[in-house]
Amino acid sequence: MSSIIRKDPRKNWILRNRLHPLHQQMLVAEGAGNNAVVRGPSGLIRKNPHNIGFIGPNGIKRIDRLGGSGTVVAAGQRGEAVDTRLPLVQISNPESWIVVVPDLAGGRLTSHDRDVLGQARQLAAANPACAVVALVFGDLSENLADDSNGLALAGVDRLLHFSGDDWNGYCPEQELAAMLAVHRQLLPQHWLFPDTHLSGNDRALRLATRLEERPAMHAWQIRDGRVTCRAGSERNDVTRSLPKVVALLAECAMPVDDSRHEVLPMALPELPGVLARIQDAGAVAVDPNQIAMAEAGFILSAGNGIHDWEQFHEAARVLGATEGASRVAVDDGFMPRFRQVGATGTWVTARVYVAVGISGAVQHLQGIGACEKVIAINTDAGCDMVKRADLSVIGDSQEILAALIEQVKALRQPAASEGGRHHVA
Amino acid sequence: MSLDKSLKVRVLVSVGQHPKSGRERRADQDSRALELALGMPGFSVGLLHAGSESPALREYLGMGVKAIDVLKQPSSADVVPALVQALRNDSPDLVLCGTRAETGEASGMTPYRVANALGWPLVPAVVSISRGSDGTYEVLQALPRGQRRLLKVRTPFVATVDPAAAEARQSAFGPAQRGQLQAVAVASVADPAANDLEFSPARKRPKRIAAARKATTAAERFKAATVKSASKGGQVLVKETAAEKASAILNLLVAEGVIAVDSPS
Repeated sequence: MSSIIRKDPRKNWILRNRLHPLHQQMLVAEGAGNNAVVRGPSGLIRKNPHNIGFIGPNGIKRIDRLGGSGTVVAAGQRGEAVDTRLPLVQISNPESWIVVVPDLAGGRLTSHDRDVLGQARQLAAANPACAVVALVFGDLSENLADDSNGLALAGVDRLLHFSGDDWNGYCPEQELAAMLAVHRQLLPQHWLFPDTHLSGNDRALRLATRLEERPAMHAWQIRDGRVTCRAGSERNDVTRSLPKVVALLAECAMPVDDSRHEVLPMALPELPGVLARIQDAGAVAVDPNQIAMAEAGFILSAGNGIHDWEQFHEAARVLGATEGASRVAVDDGFMPRFRQVGATGTWVTARVYVAVGISGAVQHLQGIGACEKVIAINTDAGCDMVKRADLSVIGDSQEILAALIEQVKALRQPAASEGGRHHVA
Repeated sequence: MSLDKSLKVRVLVSVGQHPKSGRERRADQDSRALELALGMPGFSVGLLHAGSESPALREYLGMGVKAIDVLKQPSSADVVPALVQALRNDSPDLVLCGTRAETGEASGMTPYRVANALGWPLVPAVVSISRGSDGTYEVLQALPRGQRRLLKVRTPFVATVDPAAAEARQSAFGPAQRGQLQAVAVASVADPAANDLEFSPARKRPKRIAAARKATTAAERFKAATVKSASKGGQVLVKETAAEKASAILNLLVAEGVIAVDSPS
């Protein structure tokens, strides 16, 4: 048989013409439908642009230009059991150390702590035998020491944990003694602190003073062995070589997100007896309505759904919450303007925000964007606030607030006689 | 130390800088420290400044103080030894200062180094000081989120004043011009480590955008940075009684630690 490709003009014409009655038959005869080899008039293989892509679920033609990384491909793997746990990084015999003293506000890692631990991991990556040690004062919340959670995912290899009643209050001198003992034992390369008011900042300065180091405070970038810090009035940056003690601002580095670490507890060093010259006499009860809205930690906010305002104020007083309001409540004259929460009022950062009778306008939801836990009390289960809330209670706000006031009073009753808290005018 | 004697307070003041215009002014936190000292009855207040003599120091005099002791130091000097020497000669009961300077490196080390050199305790972030019952001083410390903590300290001690403390009074022009800047001769110690510092105008910090964990394509990175994760929506209680709903709320409040339940201990 000769190697010359014989042309069949009629067949090619039918193959090119999708409207020809014999088109489909000819396609099948020529090969497997879409993969049919079609030759043009000159004998070259032609690509049929009509055969690219596939028909999507609702009958519309789809062309996947993502190279197979789209959701269609991922859907095929649904049934398979995949080990979702991240790879465990083990450092068996550490030679050098980087110590991080996280704040652990309320016994939990803050995002600032995670950023600082992420920075510590970046510094430790230069040496495979360098371990990140977390030095923790006070009690941890229960699940933080768990392997699958908290410290392990934040990048902590070793844990030095001073716990007990002695360590829960404000004890800067005792903490300094512990840090110095750890310093003598490990001789760490670096001490990293989150630069936070009164905890990280204070510890870093105390340690640096005693070690006679010049610390890098308010640092926001570490690159090539140099550290950049914000100087006074936020007008200047100071760049210098990386010292031993560094206090880092939030978002200094990306937190660890692709590995697990073994949070191995280490033996605690012997501490010398410390004469505490600063005595902690405990927290002072502060009138919650004196706290600025933007920094209040617990806000009870009222909206259009409140009818009994006396009861709302009573609830705020009993719960010890700062009062807030939606725009409607302010416009109607029930609350002062400076209590308004939202894009046009105050952007709040409360840890817990209770919205009573607020349906959740966009501006209001923007204003509470930074709140950790939102509780909604509303009659409408379909409102936007219920979609945002972590706990939603559907019902009449008056009844629920009355029950809440009663339960809080019952909870406080046995403890009321002790009177352990101080009051300030 | 008897409590009848009037307490000697020294306030360390520095030359500040307006955050926008950069003009020299009284430092905000130092003036709050002076306000705190002036607000305490029966305290004799003196001011101490180490560094160059600047007309901005007169703004402190305008707050109602007769004179400032100025320890003249070149700009390259470490001011802490000079301050420590002056404070040793003066032997006050209480030293107050701001938390952080407004010019230079502003690391906030000065009060800590002064306290360490004098061997005194340092109390940070103070908003008020009052005389306690048993010879101690009751110091109110500012915590985040508007909270306060009470500490008891014996004099002498060093305290830094929190930005949450009472705002400083206005500075009056006449008294500011009549007040004295008294130069005190002290030796200066050079600070060679400061040569390592490179100052540059503050750069705007990059805003963090959410990045996809294993983004391989531009489309994935774009999606991670822009698409808001759909809220899962929390627990919704509809059919329970009002008491059950209230107890669900209360449990969450207690778990978050915003309602203090005093444990019987």
